[in-house]
Amino acid sequence: MTTGRVLPTADREQQVLDRIERARRRRPKLREERITMSHGAGGKATHTLIEAVFLDAFRNPLLEPLEDAARLQVGGATVALTTDSFVVSPLFFPGGNIGDLAVNGTVNDLAVAGATPLYLSAGFILEEGFPVADLTRIAESMRDAAAAAGVAVVTGDTKVVERGKADGCYINTAGVGAVAEGVDLGVANARPGDAVLVSGPIGDHGVTIMLARGELDIEADVESDTAPLGELVAGLLGAVPGVRALRDATRGGVATILNEIAKAADVGVFISENAIPVRDQVRGAAELLGIDPLYVACEGRLVAVVDGGQAAQALAVLRAHPLGAQAAIIGEVTAEPVGLVTIKTAFGGTRIVDLLVGDPLPRIC
Amino acid sequence: MCLGIPGEVIEFLPEQPDLARVDVSGVRRVINVGLLSDEPPEPGEWVLIHVGFALSKIDEAEAAAALEFLEGIGQAYEDELAALRDSKIE
Amino acid sequence: MRFVDEFRDADKAHALAARIAALCEPGRQYKLMEVCGGHTHTIYKHGLEDYLPESVTLVHGPGCPVCVIPMGRVDDAIHLASQPDVIMTSFGDMMRVPGSNGAFFDANARGTNIKMVYSPLDSLKIAKANPDKRVVFMAIGFETTAPSTAMTVLRARAQGVQNFSVFCNHVTIIPAIKAILDSPDLRLDGFIGPGHVSTVIGCRPYEFIAKSYGKPVVTAGFEPLDILQSIYMLMLQLREGRSEVENQYSRVVPWDGNPVALKAIGETMELRPYFEWRGLGFISHSALKMREAYADFDAELLFEVPGVRVADPKACQCGEVLKGVLKPWECKVFGTACTPETPIGTCMVSPEGACAAYYNYGRMTRQRVPEAISIELSRP
Repeated sequence: MTTGRVLPTADREQQVLDRIERARRRRPKLREERITMSHGAGGKATHTLIEAVFLDAFRNPLLEPLEDAARLQVGGATVALTTDSFVVSPLFFPGGNIGDLAVNGTVNDLAVAGATPLYLSAGFILEEGFPVADLTRIAESMRDAAAAAGVAVVTGDTKVVERGKADGCYINTAGVGAVAEGVDLGVANARPGDAVLVSGPIGDHGVTIMLARGELDIEADVESDTAPLGELVAGLLGAVPGVRALRDATRGGVATILNEIAKAADVGVFISENAIPVRDQVRGAAELLGIDPLYVACEGRLVAVVDGGQAAQALAVLRAHPLGAQAAIIGEVTAEPVGLVTIKTAFGGTRIVDLLVGDPLPRIC
Repeated sequence: MCLGIPGEVIEFLPEQPDLARVDVSGVRRVINVGLLSDEPPEPGEWVLIHVGFALSKIDEAEAAAALEFLEGIGQAYEDELAALRDSKIE
Repeated sequence: MRFVDEFRDADKAHALAARIAALCEPGRQYKLMEVCGGHTHTIYKHGLEDYLPESVTLVHGPGCPVCVIPMGRVDDAIHLASQPDVIMTSFGDMMRVPGSNGAFFDANARGTNIKMVYSPLDSLKIAKANPDKRVVFMAIGFETTAPSTAMTVLRARAQGVQNFSVFCNHVTIIPAIKAILDSPDLRLDGFIGPGHVSTVIGCRPYEFIAKSYGKPVVTAGFEPLDILQSIYMLMLQLREGRSEVENQYSRVVPWDGNPVALKAIGETMELRPYFEWRGLGFISHSALKMREAYADFDAELLFEVPGVRVADPKACQCGEVLKGVLKPWECKVFGTACTPETPIGTCMVSPEGACAAYYNYGRMTRQRVPEAISIELSRP
């Protein structure tokens, strides 16, 4: 249908942008026949895989929210259940090892659901030839991490596979926690006017892992930020009633969480580059490699969405805790543009922060 | 692909005249400085790093001149804005 | 970060923006092309267009070495990688570029061993660590990157490494710019010249643009202030009726380039009689291959490469985007059939591709600087 009138450029561009937004709202189709590394990155490809294969197969209302932990009613109590698998390479790195990650990762998924982490299971897949001394080191780290987090590893499993598989050691942990009355956290709760906070400098873990792989001839003084956030979360929830959502920024980084918020709550998220805490060395390494710290995994950082009026209070509470000493308000939730995350760059211009398809740093956690 | 990052030369690797350790914001990396063999960089000088090689030395005088120009423009702008504000009638 | 942060200073940006706006002649439209993919990336990543008036349009050029690789060459690379005992090594930018049967990532899912490296030296290291494997480095890039490949080959020879070779896809920038200048569809007022290519070839090669075609050229750095200042310098030339080559990136780019780098390229490589560029067709003397004296490092001689020419998918308009004739959003399949997850063409999958940059960063309604910046500047 032609009208014979050519619209001004800006209008034609807007039409294309609108068309794109409509296309993006449709459920993405899984086109690949085989799994590729992109599917493990935590970005668009992962989401498409989850929706196309797992959501389809397991469909039930408890799974649908696709939050970090599921909230279940068990005999009158509200319980949170979560699971995470750890395939990090290398197994040992500055700041921790696969064992610390396995405990803290699952503990944190429970904590950000508003649950008090209580019990973990630990399943090990070991490669034939893996040194027992290394396994013991890992187990002892897990013991220490569990103690620090106030949880107990109460059950587990061990399997061994032939040399050449499992890359030494893979670990799966599942966790159970108790959700207090009235706690209802979820990214879909975000609304315009809310503030967005992070609990500390971003990108430490991902950069540490990448450098620890030793392939890049880069040395830097960075270490993984892996840490249990249960106490930090409890303090925040106790002092600030207006917390809408909490997420721990792992695979895919802060940018992925912000996009999840925008999509789940049908809002915009606007952040300011100058407000985002990043360690100099993390920034230097990221520049060298051409990657953006916003997409780099953390393992001990929170993203919090809080009622705008209580932002200052939330910041103070976070900063009072050692794990939140460098917490910052990085932006806000807006009404527009719906479903998009935008950033005011240090230079002053604005741009989008979209989900990446793959991950610049494979097998980070 | 055009990615080039400025880094400061810290030291040369012993017995490997082509290799130097550079520092980028506290991150250290060994790079090949063979492309600068006509005028090898000294420790303390800055180079442009691209895919593991130093492509060029950063001329500090030129950098300072560039910044001075930008400062000048920035200052002139500030002055103009101030003049505009002050000259407002009523 | 030194030499980076100072050139990202927002305060100075406002001043430059005002100057640029003041140099616009009323009623005139300006089209400036940034040739380099790296510049396209910076422009979108920092939201630089927010500082430009409506009458100044930036046109994105073909200086994205990943974008111009035809699908057939990707297929060739995958064919190489599928040979027994081959480890293919490649820069990360290439991993998701679609060939006719998927990209490197998909080939790995089918069993090839294509590893991502950050430097050709990493590839050489892998060759030395795996003497029973044949390691191939997929060399891509303009003259910026060719010296690094050349130096690596020289190093391999000096160290007697026998299992390392290069699948050479280096291209040269001048023929691409000529193709733009000679394209009838395009009217450009000036060029933001390549930054890092110029550290190797210097600024002289661009003189023909200013002298024979009458278009000003300013070689620009990669920080947002560099690009903004270059735009200002171009606008000033246009206002003053000059057409010259100027060097904004003088802190890094020597006017005469890097003779050592040029020598290394000359020693190991030579120009191919012609090469196919995605979107631009066959261009003569526009790409490099290994010299005969270095035939033992030439993957195309050591292995059989099918060399099949694969036509771009019908829907793909990468060619016109690369020439700057179409803006990314003007491509019929942009954002719907062609997205970063499902790229049809290279412009969408390369981090420096105009479509990828626009989709990932720029896809939003934008408020431009108003024309009438009410500061009348009495001096340039």
